[in-house]
Amino acid sequence: MKHLFSCEKVRVRNIDQGAIMKLNKILKNTLLIVFACLALSACATSKKTTGQMQGDVYTGTDTVEYLASGVPDRVFFATNESVLTTASRETLRKQATYLRKNSKITIVLEGHADERGTREYNLALGERRANAAKDYLMTYGISSDRISVLSYGKERPVDSGSNPLAWSKNRRSVTVKAN
Amino acid sequence: MRIFIQIIIFLIIIPSKSFALIEVDITRGNLDPLPIAVSPLSIDENSRKNFEKILKKKNIGEEISKIIEVNLKTSGLFNPLNKDAFLQAPDIANLKPRFEDWNLIKAQALITGKVSFIDEKLRVEFRLWDVLAGKEMVALAFTTVPTNWRRVGHIITDKVYQRLTGEKGYFDTRIIYVAEEGPKTKRIKKLAIMDQDGANNKFLTLGNELVLTPRFNPTSQMVTYLSYFRNLPRVYLLDIETGMQEVVGDFPGMTFAPRFSPDGKKIIMSFAKDGNSEIYTMDLENRIVEKITNHPSIDTSPSFSPDGKFICFNSDRSGYQQIYVMKSDGSNVKRISFGKGLYGTPVWSPRGDLIAFTKLHKGKFYIGVMRTDGSGERLLTENFYQEAPSWSPNGRVLIFYRETKTDVKGEGFSAKLWSIDLTGYNERMVKTPTDASDPSWSSLLSN
Repeated sequence: MKHLFSCEKVRVRNIDQGAIMKLNKILKNTLLIVFACLALSACATSKKTTGQMQGDVYTGTDTVEYLASGVPDRVFFATNESVLTTASRETLRKQATYLRKNSKITIVLEGHADERGTREYNLALGERRANAAKDYLMTYGISSDRISVLSYGKERPVDSGSNPLAWSKNRRSVTVKAN
Repeated sequence: MRIFIQIIIFLIIIPSKSFALIEVDITRGNLDPLPIAVSPLSIDENSRKNFEKILKKKNIGEEISKIIEVNLKTSGLFNPLNKDAFLQAPDIANLKPRFEDWNLIKAQALITGKVSFIDEKLRVEFRLWDVLAGKEMVALAFTTVPTNWRRVGHIITDKVYQRLTGEKGYFDTRIIYVAEEGPKTKRIKKLAIMDQDGANNKFLTLGNELVLTPRFNPTSQMVTYLSYFRNLPRVYLLDIETGMQEVVGDFPGMTFAPRFSPDGKKIIMSFAKDGNSEIYTMDLENRIVEKITNHPSIDTSPSFSPDGKFICFNSDRSGYQQIYVMKSDGSNVKRISFGKGLYGTPVWSPRGDLIAFTKLHKGKFYIGVMRTDGSGERLLTENFYQEAPSWSPNGRVLIFYRETKTDVKGEGFSAKLWSIDLTGYNERMVKTPTDASDPSWSSLLSN
C-alpha cells in the first residue's frame, strides 16, 4: 500500500515539473485531468479505509485516552514514518489549545514504534515521532520548556497482537501530563 | 607446597606433535561430524570423595567429561560416541589407549584424562589422541580451585577444537543478555549473564527499570547497556565483578545503541536530540566525546571493525534503513547494502572479513552476512521476527534472538536466544531460564 501511494506522488510531481513546460495549455489541461483521475483512483485504492485504518495509519479510538474532554492524548503514524497526518495535526491543535488554557501543565511526549523493526532503529524512530509532535505543538505556541520527549521504541506496545491493526495502534506519540 | 593461585595454570607435559592426520573443516557446512570418543576422566577414590564433599558431585571426572561432550556436540562439528560402547577403562586408556578398540567403534579421535585432588586444588590432565594414526596430539594439565571445574571442561574443549580445526574455540566464554518476563505490553527486563552453555545463570539487575542491549567489553569484564533509570534512557557502564555502575557521558537526551571499541577504551553509541540520532564516541579514560556522523537522518547501531579503523552503522539517509561503512573519524561514508528490503544491526566480525546484519524483506526477518564492501550477501536464517546477531569470539557462530507471532488474542508471545553457524548449518535454541533477547558474546575468558 505504501509503495502505491508514494508512486502516485511521484507521478503528479512529474506532470508539474516536466510535462507542463513542453505542452500547450489545452493539451496540458486535458492531460492533467486524465492524470488527476488516474491519481485519484490510485489514491482511492491505496488509501482505502479498512475499518480502523486509513492506509496503514490507525484512525480508531480503541486505545485513545483523553487529556480533557474532547482532547485525545495520542497521534498515529504510518510504517517507518514520522510525518503527521491531517487527523494528527487536528489532535495536536486541540492539545495546544488545551495546554495554552492550562499554562502550568508540563508534558512528556512518548514516542513508540511497532514490533516490526530492529530495537535500536525503533528507539531512534520513536524519538523522531515524538519530536514531530513536539515541533507541531511549538508552532501553536507551546514553549519547548514545557515539553520533554521520551522514546520507548518498541518496548511498550498497547496492543500485543501480531497483525497490521495492532501494529498501527502501537506506532504512536502519546502526550502525557508530567505534573 | 605450591603457591595458591586463583588463575588456571597451564603445564605442557609433552609438546604436541604437528603431523596429525585428522582435521575438521569448519569453513563449509559440516554434515558429517567427526566421531570422537570422550572417555570419562579417571579419578582415584580419595580424590573422588574429597570433590564430592566440596562440590556435591558424585564423580567430578565424569561431570567434566560430560561438559566436554555437550560442547563438542553443540558445535555441530563433532559426534561424541555413546560411552556404553567403550571397551577400555578410563584410567588405562589415559596411559595408553588400545587404538584397535577405539577404531572398532569408529572413533577417529579420543579424549582421555585424569582428575586428582592435590593441595586442596583440582588438577586435571587430559590427552587428545588421533586413533587412526595411533598418536597423541595434545597433552595438557590444569590446576585450579575446585569451583572452577566447569571452566576446566570448557578450556579442554577449546584446546581440542583448536587442535582439530586450526581455529581458536569459543567455549570458555559467557553470554550477557536481557532476561524477559511478563505480558508483552508490560514486559519486565533484567540484565542476565550465563556461561556459553547456559550454566551459572545470574541476574545482574532487579527489573525495576527497563534495560536493553548489553554488550561486552572485548578486553575486560565490563559491560555497556541502555537503562531507563528514572525514565531517562542513557548508556551505562557496568563492572560485572564489582557491580559498580555509571552513566556514560553527560548528554542532554537519550543515548543508546552502545558498543565498545575493539581495544575496550572507547564506547561508541547514538545520541538522539530534536528528532535526529547521531553517532558519538566517548573515550573512557579522558572522557573526551567526539561526534562521528553529521546528517539529519537516523544514524545508529554502530560497530567498529576489529582493527578500529572503520565503523559500520545503520542509517535511513537513503529513505530507508540501510547499512553504511565509514572511517572511524566519520569520513568516507559509503552505503554497502543494496539488496532488496531493509537492513539493520550491522556488526563487524572479529575476523574482520564479514558484517552480520538483520534484514527485513516482505514481512520476514533474516539474519545474514555480507563482505565489508557489501558483496557476497548470504542469508543464514529466515523467521517471523529475529534480530541482533552477536559473533562468537572466533567469528564462526552467531547468537541472536527470535520472537514468536502472537495469536488472535494477542497471546503466545515468546522471545528466545538462538545460535547458528556462519555456514548456515547447526541452528539451535540456546536454553535460558526465562525468555531472552539482546545476547552479546564475551571474548575467551582465558587464552
